[in-house]
Amino acid sequence: MKQEFKIISSLIENNSKILDVGCGNGELMKYILDNISNNIRGLEISKDNVQSCIEKGLTVIEGNAELDLGQFPNKSFSYVILSQTLQAFLNPEKVLYELLRVGKKAIVTIPNFGHWKVRIDLLFKGTMPVTENLPNEWYNTPNLHMCTIKDFVNFCNKRDLKLTKSISLSGKEVSYITKKNLNYKNLSSELGIFEIEN
Amino acid sequence: MNNIESLKKYIVTDILKLDCGKEISNFPIAYETYGKLNKKKNNAILIFHALTGDQFPCGKNPITNKEGWWNYALGPNKAIDTNKFFVISANVIGGCMGSFGPSSIDPLTNKPYGSNFPVITINDMVNAQNFLLDYFKIEKLFAVIGGSMGGMQVLQFISNFPNKAEVAIPIACTASHSAQNIALNELGRQAIMADNEWSNGKYLENGKSPSKGLSVARMAAHITYLSKKGLQEKFGRKLQERDTLNFSFDADFQIESYLRYQGSVFVDRFDANSYLYITRAMDYFDLTKQFNGNLSDAFKHSKTKFFIISFTSDWLYPTNENREIVIALNAIGADVGFIEITSDKGHDSFLLDVPDFLSAIKNFLNNSYKNINETRI
Repeated sequence: MKQEFKIISSLIENNSKILDVGCGNGELMKYILDNISNNIRGLEISKDNVQSCIEKGLTVIEGNAELDLGQFPNKSFSYVILSQTLQAFLNPEKVLYELLRVGKKAIVTIPNFGHWKVRIDLLFKGTMPVTENLPNEWYNTPNLHMCTIKDFVNFCNKRDLKLTKSISLSGKEVSYITKKNLNYKNLSSELGIFEIEN
Repeated sequence: MNNIESLKKYIVTDILKLDCGKEISNFPIAYETYGKLNKKKNNAILIFHALTGDQFPCGKNPITNKEGWWNYALGPNKAIDTNKFFVISANVIGGCMGSFGPSSIDPLTNKPYGSNFPVITINDMVNAQNFLLDYFKIEKLFAVIGGSMGGMQVLQFISNFPNKAEVAIPIACTASHSAQNIALNELGRQAIMADNEWSNGKYLENGKSPSKGLSVARMAAHITYLSKKGLQEKFGRKLQERDTLNFSFDADFQIESYLRYQGSVFVDRFDANSYLYITRAMDYFDLTKQFNGNLSDAFKHSKTKFFIISFTSDWLYPTNENREIVIALNAIGADVGFIEITSDKGHDSFLLDVPDFLSAIKNFLNNSYKNINETRI
């Protein structure tokens, strides 16, 4: 399983109620279902992925996070997970607030546009970066609102959203992001993993 | 030779109070079963049929000699696997395949009820079929499954008996019959009643049948079960066994010939009064209103796991109406899954060979059944 999923799973308390928004083919959900909590469901936009989830025995609702989160009552989940999808929404700000309305806590991961490889691509090649976490070209990327770890931390601070956990992932290396090391982590992290409350 | 009298029936001796206020008892429910009930009695599935269905979803219907209406989905090793599950399938009350319906004989007059048959509802149908569970001594079904009107029965069943099914699969249905659907049903009913042979519903006494009216009703309804794209691809403007237009009102086009055929075979197997009564039951179905505008309340006492399925080209029970049920269930934190299957085959998709649909049902049922036996559900 992806290192990112292992870290997300480690943040979740046993037997809590979880919603995985944009759950993809259900890999993370399946791991959580088998090991942490059987009270988990997903929301997924791709029909093929929904079928994969059903095949795995997962509860999944076909839907669009930008339109369909409204049907869930306030704080009806202990955790709402959003893995590497925030940047693909038309209105990520609105989705983030919806996650925090529906969940007591949100776990959001973002591919870091501030990573040194990304910066080098742009600085020396002068082309839009293509990396392991950002594999698409500019013309076919689903990502509409790329941000850096620093952007995201600044945004949360400005909006008084509490970052209860901020984790950096670079290769297999896991470390905490703090106020002091933010500039460095913004350069070295491929992925930022955040636990947020409001 | 088989006849209706020879079909398997359970006589309900209890009193059933109908929504219209009348009470019925000592009435038959014609049913079939497939597969074997296991010792734990936890592998039973009750399936509900749609408007013109019956208790014969698979194999051959002994009366019509036609293939069962759900042969693609139900049978040994199929999506609803009868090697694994015990499937109960009953003809709805109001129907014409052996259950208590307008062609049943009224003991007071010794004549068929005809239009003296009480108006029945989806709620009445479900309550009547529930007696079968007592007969089989099944406390809790593994699943209730149905498409179209069968899906409405699934919803009503869970609402009436919140803890009698582990999982529920309402397919291509609605919680509240739309104005468009009421309008289409009314069109069918008016076609039947406009046929002189209908004789205010007393045609069986006269040994007649309003087949012209019933056939028009079927033709109109059949169009609504398909999609524009499906029709265009299958028929287009192709001519029927001719090279040029006939400049007459013959069935020049294949689509005309097809519809006429559909109408003509339907009248051989279906009773016109049953068509009136069952479409009425569908029109009266409004689970949302039954719970004062809050559909969630219909399910709030239930722990049943739902799996709702709709089809992209179904304009009769479109995705958004199926989604309303998903939304109502999510509002109370119920366990609900949902998928919209891509298909050009319209509302009829649930009866046809649509692999994505069949595999979704199969996977959902098998995984849920495994979970129950591991007591994880």
